[in-house]
Amino acid sequence: MSSSTYSLDERHRQLGLTDEEYARILDRLGRAPNDVELAMLSLMWSEHCGYKHSRRLLRRLPKEGRHVLLGPGENAGAVDVGGGLAVAFKVESHNHPSAVEPFQGAATGVGGILRDVFAVGARPIAVLDSLRFGEPSVSERSRYLLDRAVAGIGHYGNSIGVPTVGGEIYFEPSYEQNCLVNAMCLGLAPHERLIRSAAAGPGNVVVLLGALTGRDGIGGASVLASAELGEGDEAKRPSVQIGDPFTEKKLLECCLELLDRDLLVSLQDLGAAGLTSAASEMAGGGGVGLTIDLCQIPLREADMEPFEIMVSESQERMLCVARPECVGALLDVCERWEVLATTIGCVTDGDSLQVLHRGNVVADVPVRVLIDDCPLYDLQPVPPSSDLYRASEAVLSGDESVADTLLALLRSSNLASRRPVFEQYDPIVQSRTVRRPDEADAAVLMLPNGSAIAVSIDGNGRRVACDPRRGAAEAVYECSANLACVGAEPLGLTNCLNFGNPEKSHVAWQLTEAVEGLAGACEALGVPVVGGNVSLYNEAPTGPIFPTPVVGMVGKLPNAARPGRMGFALTGDSIALVGPFEPSLVGSELAKLRGEAPVGELPAIDAGRIRIAHQAVRARVRSGAFRSAHDVAEGGVAATLAECCIAGGLGATVRLPEWLDPFGEAPGRGFIVSGPAEALAGFVVIGEVGGEALRVEGLLDLAVSELRDARDSGLAGWV
Amino acid sequence: MKFGVVRFPGSCDDIDALQAARRVGDAVLLWHTDHDLQGVDAVIVPGGFSYGDYLRAGAIARFAPVMAEVEEFARSGGLVLGICNGFQVLCEAGLLPGALLTNVSLKFVFRQVDVEVVRGLGPFTGACEAGERLSIPVKHTTGRFHAPDPELDRLEASGQVLLRYAPGHNPNGSLRDIAGVCNESGNVFGLMPHPEHAVDPLGGSVDGLKIFESMRADVEQHVLA
Repeated sequence: MSSSTYSLDERHRQLGLTDEEYARILDRLGRAPNDVELAMLSLMWSEHCGYKHSRRLLRRLPKEGRHVLLGPGENAGAVDVGGGLAVAFKVESHNHPSAVEPFQGAATGVGGILRDVFAVGARPIAVLDSLRFGEPSVSERSRYLLDRAVAGIGHYGNSIGVPTVGGEIYFEPSYEQNCLVNAMCLGLAPHERLIRSAAAGPGNVVVLLGALTGRDGIGGASVLASAELGEGDEAKRPSVQIGDPFTEKKLLECCLELLDRDLLVSLQDLGAAGLTSAASEMAGGGGVGLTIDLCQIPLREADMEPFEIMVSESQERMLCVARPECVGALLDVCERWEVLATTIGCVTDGDSLQVLHRGNVVADVPVRVLIDDCPLYDLQPVPPSSDLYRASEAVLSGDESVADTLLALLRSSNLASRRPVFEQYDPIVQSRTVRRPDEADAAVLMLPNGSAIAVSIDGNGRRVACDPRRGAAEAVYECSANLACVGAEPLGLTNCLNFGNPEKSHVAWQLTEAVEGLAGACEALGVPVVGGNVSLYNEAPTGPIFPTPVVGMVGKLPNAARPGRMGFALTGDSIALVGPFEPSLVGSELAKLRGEAPVGELPAIDAGRIRIAHQAVRARVRSGAFRSAHDVAEGGVAATLAECCIAGGLGATVRLPEWLDPFGEAPGRGFIVSGPAEALAGFVVIGEVGGEALRVEGLLDLAVSELRDARDSGLAGWV
Repeated sequence: MKFGVVRFPGSCDDIDALQAARRVGDAVLLWHTDHDLQGVDAVIVPGGFSYGDYLRAGAIARFAPVMAEVEEFARSGGLVLGICNGFQVLCEAGLLPGALLTNVSLKFVFRQVDVEVVRGLGPFTGACEAGERLSIPVKHTTGRFHAPDPELDRLEASGQVLLRYAPGHNPNGSLRDIAGVCNESGNVFGLMPHPEHAVDPLGGSVDGLKIFESMRADVEQHVLA
């Protein structure tokens, strides 16, 4: 297209809006938007901010529960954990920025989710990460993304003094072009400090806190996060934000002190779509208008255009509303923390977001047009007619011995020790951590009243690719199983739905089925969804990523002194298999290593029996009857036994039931536990702890040191 | 016995140090811009990333207003403990010998390590036995202790090396496995491991308490004397 044929009417397409959406804007405004307004609307109506392809679907998820204090719609959800305390939490994606610039993409992913949590008044106390990359053994790009994303997460979390207590990583070829970086944060607050984002009180003052506003991250939500990546993405690098954990550390402490002194009416972080989104959300939530004067906003570059100021995604900024009489005290607190604080506007009794620049009104948009009028689309789900995903390269032929198969599994990228990764994170700062990575299936953090919370994050895309409904449900059950292993009862969950392009019918089908699976599992366990995030368009020219719903679940346990462990603890203890565990090789790690495509029917889910098994494990871990508990996940019972041996530094002698495939999988349904023989009465006892080798009768006999060496070698040198 | 824990913007393990110190005595926070040590008996410069540590670890914190008071306090014989970033700050301030360089791995490392007490005497390790092993976590990017060879010889000869990483436990490439050193007069001590993170049995180890108990015993001994 030559420049002469470029007409003004096509501005909207460059900003990612369709012709129909632009017509809708003309209709709702009753006029053509100016450049500033169109920039604002294009962001608020982007998939990333407006959830236009997922909002209707998300209504299916159960959100009610007796522990819920804040539900979806706030910056983060929150549940009651007793003792007058609340735990706020949320998981969010930063996939597209991380694919373009992994260090800053991952770092600002952490920074962003931390702000979501302290925006509701909670002190961030833990971070977890869920990462997906291409196969590191064959992909230099994936090794680079892994190394830099891990460094970025550590850089931000370590520097700001929030422990990274857990996480998970999977490697699959489908993530080669679209890596996933999902970060989850938990925060702790007394109930009375929880604050909402809704602005209130016409005449109240709007104050911008934190960093200068610059040109970084312009269009991040629309350009990066709401379209497929393709050739020439280097040019999008300026859309990636740059993180400054020191500025955020001061901002965090400052905001919490402002809340403790009761100086704020409402608080909101600036994330995707920057000031536009923050101001719209605050006004929309409170049913009020806001007027913002751009000339008051401290800029990093003096010549920024009004639209750039409105959509900048510069990090480490918060927006708050305060009563006029509190502003003096507010500014004093900010000065003490060396946090820049500027009055930039006021709450009005109108219904529009009005933006001033040098005395002129440069935007004036009804808040409902920005938020409520965003079009919502029904998906057009159709099951794929042929297999979507190619088989991976075969590493095993199927002729190997059981011992060699187990060693190959332990060395494989998805089962190998994560130590090279988690050693780059500080898991103990703030002195609450009682179970660190590798000690138990879930991280455990103590609370001031002697109780504790536990948290786990899970999601196996390969299994969801086989069967989106059962695979997604398994993520919920596996989280709950992980919590059971430390003795914790689930209180609530957050999810991040990472999928391909929802405008394609087969992706729409994956998404619809997965949400149905999540909803069913949440209902069966009685665990509400308190918040989450959707990341779509994770698609390369070669096809979509594995459908990857990631579930983060928070639970509580009564006694911080008695959380469970995964490692075998005592020679002579009996070992039992607990749960309705009927595994198969469909979607398993062994199937992957044998070069099989992710197709087939996953084992059935008997929700009632799963729930009973989780309760049984939870109760016996709490009482100390089980001295170890570990859920059976990737690599089946054989890999699980090996992990229990490695973690405990003890061997085991086991005889497996005839019907059980040692490498079959059925996540969330089975546990390997150990304890005194009398504590295991009534369960399927399969052996005994002791010695220096794992012996599975008729199948294998391997020294624990050999198992450990295999598991340690997997990621060594790649990160 | 009253400890003072310095709080710079960017300090991360300040509250952890405060809570650890409170297990053996009183403790207060000291704000970085204050010229006031509030009459404390010992100062702790805690871990973290003071002022973001974007220039060089500890290089800016060493010029904080409160550090003038800390230096004066140290010169008059007061006990000063620097943990991790605090160790880096005290080296930058010239209160401790040597320097801390980027880990050999060039990466941040968190690890529970064993350190060996070289000297079971004095205000910081008096509650320990020589040769005793303590299990204490490290977490840092800039923890490789360095000094010229003659200086290292001198430090060892004068008994200023108080802690060494046990064989196989050196996480960062520190010369001669040095984990913690004190000044010549023995009243200023810096270490990379975090004793404040080894004070609660629920956290896995209580060996770090011995550092704080040693300090309390020393202060109380001087009060009695």
